[in-house]
Amino acid sequence: MEALIALVIGVLTAGGVFLALRGQTFPVVLGLTLLSYAVNLFLFVMGRLAIGVPPVISAAAEGYTDPLPQALVLTAIVISFGMTAFVIVLALKARAELGNDHVDGLAHEEDR
Amino acid sequence: MTLFFAVLTPFVGAALVALVSRLGRAHSAWAAGAVTLAALAWLLPLFPLPFEGLTLVQQQDWMPALGLNLAFRLDGLALLFAGLILGIGLLIVLYARYYLSERDSMGRFYAYLMLFMGSMLGIVLSENLIQLLIFWELTSLSSFLLISYWQHREEARQGARMALAVTGLGGFAMLGGFLLLGHIVGSYELSDVFASADHIRAHPLYVPTLALILLGVFTKSAQFPFHFWLPHAMAAPTPVSAYLHSATMVKAGVFLLARLYPALSGTPEWFWLVSGAGLATLLLGAYTALFKHDLKGLLAYSTISHLGLITLLFGLSTPLAAVAGVFHIINHATFKASLFMAAGIIDHEAGTRDMRRLHGLWRFMPYTATLAMVAAAAMAGVPLLNGFLSKEMFFAEAALISESLVGGWLLPALVTLAGALAVAYSLRFIHDVFFNGEPVDLPKTPHEPPRWMKVPVEILVVLCLVVGVAPAFTVAPLLAVAAAGTLQAPLPEYHLALWHGFNPALVMSLVALAGGALIYLARRPLTDWHERGLGRVDARVVYNALLQGTFALARGVTRLLDNGSLQRQVFFMLAAALVLGVAPWLAGGTPLTGDRDGLPLDAVSLTAAGALIAATFATVRWHRQRFVALVTIGVVGLVVSLIFVKFSAPDLALTQLSVEIVTIVLLLLALYFLPQHGAPERKPARAWRDGAIALAAGGGTAALAWAVLTRPYDTIAGYFLENSVPGGGGSNVVNVILVDFRGYDTLGEITVLALAGLGILAMIDGLRLAAPSRDDGGRSWDPDAHPAIMATLTRLLLPLALMVAVFILLRGHNQPGGGFIAGLITAVALIVQYLANGAEWTHQRMPSDSHPLIAWGLGIAALTGAASWLFGYPYLTSAHGHQHWPVVGDFELASAMAFDLGVFLVVVGATLMILLQLGGLHSMPRIKKEKS
Repeated sequence: MEALIALVIGVLTAGGVFLALRGQTFPVVLGLTLLSYAVNLFLFVMGRLAIGVPPVISAAAEGYTDPLPQALVLTAIVISFGMTAFVIVLALKARAELGNDHVDGLAHEEDR
Repeated sequence: MTLFFAVLTPFVGAALVALVSRLGRAHSAWAAGAVTLAALAWLLPLFPLPFEGLTLVQQQDWMPALGLNLAFRLDGLALLFAGLILGIGLLIVLYARYYLSERDSMGRFYAYLMLFMGSMLGIVLSENLIQLLIFWELTSLSSFLLISYWQHREEARQGARMALAVTGLGGFAMLGGFLLLGHIVGSYELSDVFASADHIRAHPLYVPTLALILLGVFTKSAQFPFHFWLPHAMAAPTPVSAYLHSATMVKAGVFLLARLYPALSGTPEWFWLVSGAGLATLLLGAYTALFKHDLKGLLAYSTISHLGLITLLFGLSTPLAAVAGVFHIINHATFKASLFMAAGIIDHEAGTRDMRRLHGLWRFMPYTATLAMVAAAAMAGVPLLNGFLSKEMFFAEAALISESLVGGWLLPALVTLAGALAVAYSLRFIHDVFFNGEPVDLPKTPHEPPRWMKVPVEILVVLCLVVGVAPAFTVAPLLAVAAAGTLQAPLPEYHLALWHGFNPALVMSLVALAGGALIYLARRPLTDWHERGLGRVDARVVYNALLQGTFALARGVTRLLDNGSLQRQVFFMLAAALVLGVAPWLAGGTPLTGDRDGLPLDAVSLTAAGALIAATFATVRWHRQRFVALVTIGVVGLVVSLIFVKFSAPDLALTQLSVEIVTIVLLLLALYFLPQHGAPERKPARAWRDGAIALAAGGGTAALAWAVLTRPYDTIAGYFLENSVPGGGGSNVVNVILVDFRGYDTLGEITVLALAGLGILAMIDGLRLAAPSRDDGGRSWDPDAHPAIMATLTRLLLPLALMVAVFILLRGHNQPGGGFIAGLITAVALIVQYLANGAEWTHQRMPSDSHPLIAWGLGIAALTGAASWLFGYPYLTSAHGHQHWPVVGDFELASAMAFDLGVFLVVVGATLMILLQLGGLHSMPRIKKEKS
């Protein structure tokens, strides 16, 4: 199972990195979204994998997984939403101001 | 802290002077004079102390752990300099009152002057070296302001910039030197530094320490090869030049030489470095001064030369030479300040400073001419004037030292030559300006200046005379106490008198006087020779080349890394991260796999992971067909939330699910205004390069995750699990961490979210985007914007969804849920109403403004935290108690739940604001269309 999770994180990272390196704004936003999935998952599994032991205290519980990475990731998810929203609006603003959707604001798609 | 207040007075006074200047031009001069007197008044009662052989140290702890204290010191040397700074400062204040013209802002001038005066006082009264350095840098800054006072003049701006660059660089080197010195001594206090003088000189770091400190000294005191900034600083108003280049700015360098003399001197390195630089500067300055046609230029190079003389004296490292150095500091300050002022008067009354045009002024201003001639004679070292005495001591020391040096005759010969040159340029100053024919084409007819403008010059010239005639009855006690403060040891035997008998020094003086006259007579061929050869060498060329080179290098490096392309930046960042991440791994030889037992695979997990991987590939593959990519990335997000479900993280799963919905809606809204299809790649090679980077990054992250997951670990989770119920009053540990244990972090996070929302609001405000009337395939949008079934269903769902949100919020402390999740669910429920029914319909039924929600949320969260202050606990301490309500039953109520309510409100407010703002962009053109 650990290998599978590592693979998932790797694939998400690779996809995110590739898209983040594109020249137009929309794929970059998609790439950042994929990267934040990868980062959140990575942080989350720092508490190691455990099944059926949520960190909710109860008499019947067999054990608990590590709650700390979960608390960190929970806010990270919300913050990455805020970031995605900000970046996509920035992209809209750039398109309105500069008339194109290239990350460098180039009038014609000219790779430097 | 009397000394501290004395230093503070000019700084406070600067603001006062600037304010007072609004009342009238003369007011700021009066105020500046009053401020100077006030600073003097703080110090006067303390002045007897050094004469009683005492050193006053006043200290106030500031950051004792770092050795940084507010510490001031008054000994003989500090007393001498404080007296010079304030005394000559007072004369300058008076002089500038008449010098500045109607067009110049008095308030600005005097405010800068006061700043500078305070900085200088800070240097000479500092006990702590770091504190001294701060004042040192302040003099660089305030002298920059003073030199560039006539901001409209190109050469003033350039001169100020050059002075700042050179002295600033030196100050930086000196900081390094002081840090090393503090490292060697273990303290930055001067008393400790003096106490461990032998230890410093024997330390292996002595040479770098000395070199760095000397860099600071030489740049400040305009020693060769850093002398070139001083003549360019002559673009300043003459009162500034008179102040900066007689008693203060450039004297700060020699002050530091004197200050650290007991700690650093006496080694061969000190001897060669200091006296070498001093001798070179002495000769170069005297030589160049002879050929300057500008009156202030002559004085500037003469200043350089005299500074070289003082530096040379300290370099010789004998106690008697140090006494002579201190004596010459006093004498130079008096005659040079008066000469600068006289030059200013001439410039002021004749309209030019060019000595090729200024001739025969004796007829027009005999009084000023007399004053200037006496001062110039002091500069030349003519007997009966103060300059003669210290120059005589200097010659005597040079002759004495030469006996113990190989090729020793050279030193007396060279200093005699310098003396002769000084006589020659002083003669030129006197003869060219006041005699030597008729003035040539002067802009104004010169006349005597206003009465009070001459007073400062008179005072200084009288001092030159009195000291020169009767040194033992005038300057002797001050010199003794200042020299004792310099040496920090008993004074050597010396005798201040005019006549010491027929000795080598007298011979050298006579030779210098005669030689100077001869050089002056031969000035025409000499000038021709100079202007054909050495005169063409300009240090500024080298300086500018160095400066341009530095700028070009900086620009080149910047351009190499940043050409304005985000793609390139991201590429560099990722590549660097890869290298930094992989390198230690390759070097370390740690096995990739640890020894922790893993969980078994199951078919469901495999299928889900397969779906995620396939969806990721699809997103990447079809990212140019943006709508498709949006659908597939939604699949990825859903599987991620399933992963959270699987591995015991119900809170995360709920959050991820609701964020996913909001994100996709958001991206859909935005996509409406962006091209539906991405442009094809222009360079296929770039895709391959990025692909390789992406694979490496993915592989690296996967390997890292694998390495961590297969290793056991220690966790601090035990604390949270144990204290969640007894300490936080909630059984959902994740939520208790968020709102209680780490509540302060959460407060920061909701603030960030609120700011993101406000930032988006600001960006969208006034944004105009063309809304396409057809989709990419050329089809027009469905005319039925709000299908009836969807509208009806969502209206029915709204109360249900809100109820779920409230439920999730309330139970969040004990069961999966909480403010973040409840907020997102509420936002989704409301946004769905907008989607299904349209903005207009929804706005009629609920308030459209979400600002108050954010404000309330942040307010509640912050106040909940502050409430714990009322009970004497730290911020955000939570309280909880057991409650029993009818119907609902037993439950725990914690104050942290109120905090969670704040979180809830901020999340709802920010999310709604973001989406509604974007949605608002959509409705705008459509409303217009309906109207048309």
